[in-house]
Amino acid sequence: MMKRYWMAIAVLIIFSPLGLLADGTAWGEWGGDDLSETLGYIPQGMQNVQDLWAGIFPDYSISFFGESSLGQSIGYVIAAIIGSAMVYGLSLLLTKMIASKKNSILSCSNK
Amino acid sequence: MHIPDGYLSPSTCLTLGVVMLPIWYKASAKLKKDLDVKQVPLLSMGAVFCFLIMMFNVPIPNGTTAHAIGATLVAIIFGPWAAVIAMSVALAIQAIVFADGGILAFGANTFNMAFVAPFVGYYVYQFISKNAPQGSIRQLAAGAIASYVGINCAAFVASIEFGIQPLLFTAVDGTPLYCPYGLAVAIPAMMVAHLTVAGFIEGIVTVAALKFMAVQPVEMLPSQTNKNREAV
Repeated sequence: MMKRYWMAIAVLIIFSPLGLLADGTAWGEWGGDDLSETLGYIPQGMQNVQDLWAGIFPDYSISFFGESSLGQSIGYVIAAIIGSAMVYGLSLLLTKMIASKKNSILSCSNK
Repeated sequence: MHIPDGYLSPSTCLTLGVVMLPIWYKASAKLKKDLDVKQVPLLSMGAVFCFLIMMFNVPIPNGTTAHAIGATLVAIIFGPWAAVIAMSVALAIQAIVFADGGILAFGANTFNMAFVAPFVGYYVYQFISKNAPQGSIRQLAAGAIASYVGINCAAFVASIEFGIQPLLFTAVDGTPLYCPYGLAVAIPAMMVAHLTVAGFIEGIVTVAALKFMAVQPVEMLPSQTNKNREAV
């Protein structure tokens, strides 16, 4: 059964570039440059934290694969794979840490 | 709905971060008590599912985009407290690795998408699906409606967080310090995106996933595993 679920995850990863088709940005998620285009200025408080953290692969794009739509799609898929692996790993780590504090569970986990 | 850094004041971020602390604490205590280690891989897959579904941006008529979040689905399958953890993990990786959602705004984003969405979704689902047989039309409809309501409540709360910024925080010259759009702009913008498009996508995602899971051998489904455990 888990295998079928992993297949579903793989299908989502492969088709993730469909998410690139939607042009534009979600409301309230514009970067400072976009915002200053509409407003004519960047709010002061926003300017202060703008460069706080840029992420490793901002916007799920991996520049290595270039700016063509194929390159972007490949980058998006790779980002989906990297992100999925990290989410899975962090979730396993956290939930195992939480669950393993319970002795009664440990006793029946090795069957 | 991933609020970037700079749109919310530090005090707003801090407040919502502090609000999340007891929620995370309660969630881990609940999981410690109720979670079967056999469910750990499945729950983690749920987190991955949420992460991936959020990559599917869909266009909104007003020129912006939105996406489903999967919060209600995970809450239906694993319970709302497990959904808090799964969603928080997905949001953490999104913020840290992909700069999707701010680091300072992590408390706000988890409050909206890892607390409001799964809890609202879960209780709406429970209310409508009460005693409905697994895989029945009523159960699926409950999932769809709960997902629609859950994501829209989260979007509404996010729009309030955005919208109160210019009311509360302005520079000396009167210009807004953070999000420049007040409630009159933020609420309609967020709600149009989620009432017209993202809410339906969230509902479709939940129904599709519930149907997909309903055809699985039931002995591995979480509720059933608990019974197995008691039998051992």
